[in-house]
Amino acid sequence: MLRKRIIPCLDVRAGKLTKGIKFKGNIDIGDPVEAARQYYEQGADEIVFYDITASSDQRQIMLDVVRRVAATIFIPFSVGGGIRTLDDMRAVILAGAEKVSVNSAAVQNPRLIAEGAKAFGSQCIVLGMDVKRVEASARIPSGYEIVIHGGRIDTGRDALEWAREAERLGAGEICLNSIDADGTRDGYEIRLTSLISGHVGIPVIASGGAGTPEHLHDVLTRGRADAALIASMVHYRTHTLADIKAYLSGRGVPVREHWT
Amino acid sequence: MIGIVDYRAGNLTSVARALEHLHEPCEVTDRPEVLDRASHIIFPGVGAAAEAMANLRRSGLDAWLKKWVQEGRPVLGICLGTQVILSESEEDGTTPGLGIIPGVVKKFPGTLQAEGQRLKIPHMGWNTVDFQGDHPVFAGLPRAAEFYFVHSYYPAPMDERLVVGWTRYGIRFCAALARDNLVAVQFHPEKSGRPGLRILSNFCRWGGNDAA
Repeated sequence: MLRKRIIPCLDVRAGKLTKGIKFKGNIDIGDPVEAARQYYEQGADEIVFYDITASSDQRQIMLDVVRRVAATIFIPFSVGGGIRTLDDMRAVILAGAEKVSVNSAAVQNPRLIAEGAKAFGSQCIVLGMDVKRVEASARIPSGYEIVIHGGRIDTGRDALEWAREAERLGAGEICLNSIDADGTRDGYEIRLTSLISGHVGIPVIASGGAGTPEHLHDVLTRGRADAALIASMVHYRTHTLADIKAYLSGRGVPVREHWT
Repeated sequence: MIGIVDYRAGNLTSVARALEHLHEPCEVTDRPEVLDRASHIIFPGVGAAAEAMANLRRSGLDAWLKKWVQEGRPVLGICLGTQVILSESEEDGTTPGLGIIPGVVKKFPGTLQAEGQRLKIPHMGWNTVDFQGDHPVFAGLPRAAEFYFVHSYYPAPMDERLVVGWTRYGIRFCAALARDNLVAVQFHPEKSGRPGLRILSNFCRWGGNDAA
């Protein structure tokens, strides 16, 4: 049976690790390559890197991080943040990432998804979606709106409609981040995750709000997520990947258990 | 030296990085004269079957690969490389393959279910492989070890006795097959952590005889 994936997310700024809380007040907590190696050894199923401030000179620093990570860990990893063009995607993939994640730039230019899928294959293209709860309306019937640029700009676009459009354009996977839950450690947005995952045929990674192994259990069962992103839970060592997986396995969620 | 066949089917450097990590000298190349100097060949790849076949024909690597296999030299197919080894694929109507192993590459039905939920395509993530027999390339793996898959099509060799690993995703499909000097897997050993590296390491030490 296919396992539910547990994916640590590493926010990187200028080649250093940070952890964002509600996208503000980030603090440096170390070397991303070393962190990736540790999580690989500890049983991460995949790793997500998010490049927080991707100015052009810092992009080179990130590509160097990607190259070093690719020589260190032998599980899939993806890179997102500031990917705006086909050339940006190519640079990250050639540096050794399996997948690239596009977010704001894809909302502004949906063709980026189709072009990326055609050039590198759908399996390489992850659509990152930042979603905010709003009152349901004619324009936003699902009651979930897409926001961009780290939640600073509302787009007026319905999250469910955008998820289906992105699938049609060739996205291979969706990383679904709830702005409301992000950084709270109160649990994932179950209703949102279940809604999106139930209406697309591609895998959905739930993101935002993880604080306890029970939160992962909820989103991987009731939330119908295929994978769960975690950050502060493991970054601050309140939990380990082994603890989380043992908990999930004990409650009947299939997870990968043989990494040594 | 391990030759990694480059036929412009995705980024093949991840296989090279895994071999470097294992201290196995390797070269990623599309030049038959370089590949001829290799002791073992890895034939990886992701992407579309038709384009892969066109690239193989254009470079003459299609005939070269068949000759390599006939000569009894060890070869490991991975993902699209495995699929292309079969006779034909259901991708884009019908796409002819190299025909080294008789069989068809099939698409997962869109209606697969498990425990009442529709299964997503591609089959993406970690799944177990039920290995059959004791092929040396799959020796020393933890029982129930998981491997990383990402694919919408799967190989179905005509002779099921060639299947050395079965995986379940709504249906049971062939995740690993072997015949004489050829081993081919649908999953990605280069992305499957320690168990995957073990397979690559076993392959590099394998003489090409499955009875070894």
